[in-house]
Amino acid sequence: MLAESLALSAVLFTIGVIGVLTRRNAIIIFMCVELMLNAVNLTFVAFSRYYGAAGQVFVVFVMTVAAAEAAVGLAIIIAIFRHRQSVNLQNINLLKG
Amino acid sequence: MMPEHYPLFYTFHFYFFGVVAIASAIAFVTRKSPVAAALWLVNTMFALAAEYILLDAQFIGVMQVLVYAGAIMVVFLFVVMLLNLGHPSDIADARGKWPVFVAALIGIALVAQLGAVLKSDIAWKFAVPVGYNAEQMGKYGAVGTVARPLFNEYLLAFELTSVLLLVAIAGAVVLGRRKEDAR
Repeated sequence: MLAESLALSAVLFTIGVIGVLTRRNAIIIFMCVELMLNAVNLTFVAFSRYYGAAGQVFVVFVMTVAAAEAAVGLAIIIAIFRHRQSVNLQNINLLKG
Repeated sequence: MMPEHYPLFYTFHFYFFGVVAIASAIAFVTRKSPVAAALWLVNTMFALAAEYILLDAQFIGVMQVLVYAGAIMVVFLFVVMLLNLGHPSDIADARGKWPVFVAALIGIALVAQLGAVLKSDIAWKFAVPVGYNAEQMGKYGAVGTVARPLFNEYLLAFELTSVLLLVAIAGAVVLGRRKEDAR
């Protein structure tokens, strides 16, 4: 089932990339990043069957980082929303050259 | 690659949850309403938890439901509710066609890489002997199998994780409070 797991993981990761590149709502882009992290977790778990439990340990770390990232990222989104009353990334272009 | 034989029950559920995960992920990126998108993502995460359990990672499957579906997604929905973003009309979608091609290229590159890993003999030289994981699982249980390396080889990384969480808490509080309070 390793090849099937890796294929599923690649498909989910690609869907996440499509979401990040095409959506404009900052919250949905964040959720797409979570989907990509989940796809990577699936790869770790699939390989951990053949290379020992270290892969599952990495999944625990990835989940911790994802939780921290969600907390800080959503705080940033709330701060941006207070300034501009919008989370549409098209309106947030102060640094655009 | 190692020869493997699985009962039909196992194979059926593996493919079933795989199809559910992909279908919900596609539904998730195409929804206009953030709330509907979040709920489809929760569905994807539940299907992935089932895949983890089928792949002999029971503890990770439980963590997936508790931490991802139960905590992280609730925070997302909470922010959607707090900022009153539930209106689908606010969202302009799709910034043109080229991003989809870029994503497809990344996907094709990813599949090629994974195929190369599966084909190579080098990767299998580092594999643990057959039955090693089942033996560990029998000896220490599903949680102990993860906990032993976590608190032995990866203890330093584990302790550093606590610092990361502290920084994240402080950062979220500082970023989240109102400007008037900061002065």
